[in-house]
Amino acid sequence: MDVLTLARLQFAFTVGFHYLFPPLSIGLGLLLVIMEGTWLATGKPIYHQMARYWTRIFGLIFAIGVATGIVMEFQFGTNWSVYSRFVGDVFGSALASEGIFAFFLESGFLALLLFGWDRIGPKLHFFATCMVALGAHFSAVWIIVANSWQQTPAGYHLVETAAGRWRAEITDFWALVFNPSTVDRLTHTVLGAWQAGAWMVVSVSAWYLLKKKHTDFAGRGLKIGLIVAVVASLLQLVSGHDSAVGVSRNQPAKLAAFEALYKTGPAPLWLFGWVNEKEQEVRFGVAIPRGLSLLVSGNPNEPVTGLDKIPEGDRPPVNVVFQTYHAMVAIGMGLIALSIFSLIQLLRGAIYEQRWLLGLLVLAVLGPQLANQLGWASAEIGRQPWIVYGLLRTADAFSKTVGAQPIVASLVLFSLVYALLFAVFIFLLNHKIQHGPEESDLPPTTPLQQEPRADV
Amino acid sequence: MFNVPILNLVWFILVGVLFTGYAILDGFDLGVGTLHLFTKTDAERRVMLNSIGPVWDGNEVWLVTGGGALFAAFPEVYASVFSGFYLAFILLLFALIFRAVAIEFRSKMEMGWWRQMWDVGFSIGSVLSALLIGVALGNIALGVPLDANHEYAGTFLGLLRPYPLLLGVTTVALFAMHGAIYGVLKTEGKLHEKLRSWAKRSVAIFVVCYILVTLATLLWVPHMTETLGAYPWLYVVAVFNALAIANIPREINLGRDFRAFLSSCLAMVALMTLFGIGMFPNMVFSMPSPENSLTVINAASSQKTLWIMLIIAIIGVPLVLTYTAVIYRIFRGKVRLGPMSY
Repeated sequence: MDVLTLARLQFAFTVGFHYLFPPLSIGLGLLLVIMEGTWLATGKPIYHQMARYWTRIFGLIFAIGVATGIVMEFQFGTNWSVYSRFVGDVFGSALASEGIFAFFLESGFLALLLFGWDRIGPKLHFFATCMVALGAHFSAVWIIVANSWQQTPAGYHLVETAAGRWRAEITDFWALVFNPSTVDRLTHTVLGAWQAGAWMVVSVSAWYLLKKKHTDFAGRGLKIGLIVAVVASLLQLVSGHDSAVGVSRNQPAKLAAFEALYKTGPAPLWLFGWVNEKEQEVRFGVAIPRGLSLLVSGNPNEPVTGLDKIPEGDRPPVNVVFQTYHAMVAIGMGLIALSIFSLIQLLRGAIYEQRWLLGLLVLAVLGPQLANQLGWASAEIGRQPWIVYGLLRTADAFSKTVGAQPIVASLVLFSLVYALLFAVFIFLLNHKIQHGPEESDLPPTTPLQQEPRADV
Repeated sequence: MFNVPILNLVWFILVGVLFTGYAILDGFDLGVGTLHLFTKTDAERRVMLNSIGPVWDGNEVWLVTGGGALFAAFPEVYASVFSGFYLAFILLLFALIFRAVAIEFRSKMEMGWWRQMWDVGFSIGSVLSALLIGVALGNIALGVPLDANHEYAGTFLGLLRPYPLLLGVTTVALFAMHGAIYGVLKTEGKLHEKLRSWAKRSVAIFVVCYILVTLATLLWVPHMTETLGAYPWLYVVAVFNALAIANIPREINLGRDFRAFLSSCLAMVALMTLFGIGMFPNMVFSMPSPENSLTVINAASSQKTLWIMLIIAIIGVPLVLTYTAVIYRIFRGKVRLGPMSY
């Protein structure tokens, strides 16, 4: 394989693995705030137990998120040095802001969240929990700003450097931050993360109910999880729609690939199908006629730009973008239906006997994870062949000094190490879930009253 | 002294400050990791781990932010060094990954082999991280082959020369010393006494390494001492450095552990300052073609970006320092193992 393919494979693999964890940190962060806030508001010990239980799982997830995240920050330089030189002036400030405003906040207050239960008062601890959640959300803000700038560059101009290379330089910081796709994509990503966290809580709670263990704990957890899931998935419907309209305006080639629209004109909305890229048609599919026109412009007769208006060399691969996009949409719709139905059953008190539904909820934790991965894949592959849309091609952006062999070596190592990490993560997560909530977490602890342990 | 725009100078210093912050903070984490396998019982190892437990990932953020600042302020350095030292940085990443997950995973299960496995991962990860950081610094000081496009034109093995390796070993010794002193602060009883003797020994080892590095620098890397030669008053920093290092064993013997730790921190500040003085205005020396060196001018982002980032830093850094200080204050004192501990 050539260096370009290897470098892309390595980036896709490492970012895909990394992205299993940050959405959980963001989503669980929100749920921890809700759980601990409910404890402070009601004084019921079970919410204290719940907050501590999920804090432990949060800590595990966070550690792997940090460990795999640092790889991403280095990788722009190691494998994409041409890209780094081109975007450093623009992209770097977002990344540096992420470090200063998000990561420090998150990891600093994480110390209090994880280890501060017995050292600080409940209100201060709650504040720390809020700061961790806020930091996690800020980290999403800055990385999405940087990524959105790659999709829809704004607030820059091109300048030739002394070394005779062109690079993008900032002209307007706020135009860069609020480039045309930032808000849509940030909302979409954060709601996806909330769903990841909510379904994690739903899944574990449903499993306890299925096994008839910790039923009070699990019932309350299920309720919190499902309420967040319903709210987030309904908001996601609005956000997804806005994102698609934004893509139609800013990246017509990507929208055309989403819907395999080869010919400009009033366009159908596919529910599913298989794209034959050679014949430029969708097979075995079902479509709503003129649905896409209606959705993006409100007018069924409005023409939508097709791939025929995009020069052949500037078109993204269509079928993979089409499939990942439609799978994401299908999962999203399924999660809306499942969360609303389950919440109704829970409120009626019927869910405890509906074992099939509980079983489905246990598995549903995979839904948002898959949708998050597939959605990112379609967003990033849909941007191809550009690494910075319209400005720099992916094929021109990799490190010229790194040969194929070192990348094969690092890719093999990443695969082995990440496989090990994943196995250990699942093993420990399962261990914690099997172990269940600690009885000793029920009574609230008071600050600094813990006796020194004799075994130290 | 050199005709350098003020913002470029400011960012050279700020990037230096971030990496110094990293060295001081994660330095003791890596040092504790380096010494970890010398402790034998499970209780001692848990105390070692938990001495850095609440703070290590906040400390690692200094590296992340330093890397981000380097990317933003000096993208040419970031691109050339990270792609040029490809395998070395990939190894550093794996070392940091193992260090991080070992802390998290180790005490989650009771089995002896499980804990031993992650103890080894924690320790090797820590030693290797320190070593590779030193080797990277040694290379940018000694000079690496850069072409006119600022691309690295050497090989991986070309990085493993005697001078960078010596600096790598010195970094391991420095962090081990720093970690031992931190450990003295955070422990009590038998382990405390052990760490006290290790601290003394590691000071001696570090001083030997430091003398060797100084001699090697004078012999092989004369360009690192040019600025000092031109502005002799800068020797104040070197003298301050020597005093700070000499003060460490003195404070340990007097039982003033916190002052010993403070001396160790100040020694690191002085060492990084000397390194910065030696490098400036270069950021990566090019050998054998010095005209291709990356400098604070030809590697920098635009003045506008440097200015925007300065505003970001002025808003963000005081906040970070404030709550970092508060958190360290909350976790001050000796390690107590509790139900949430590693």
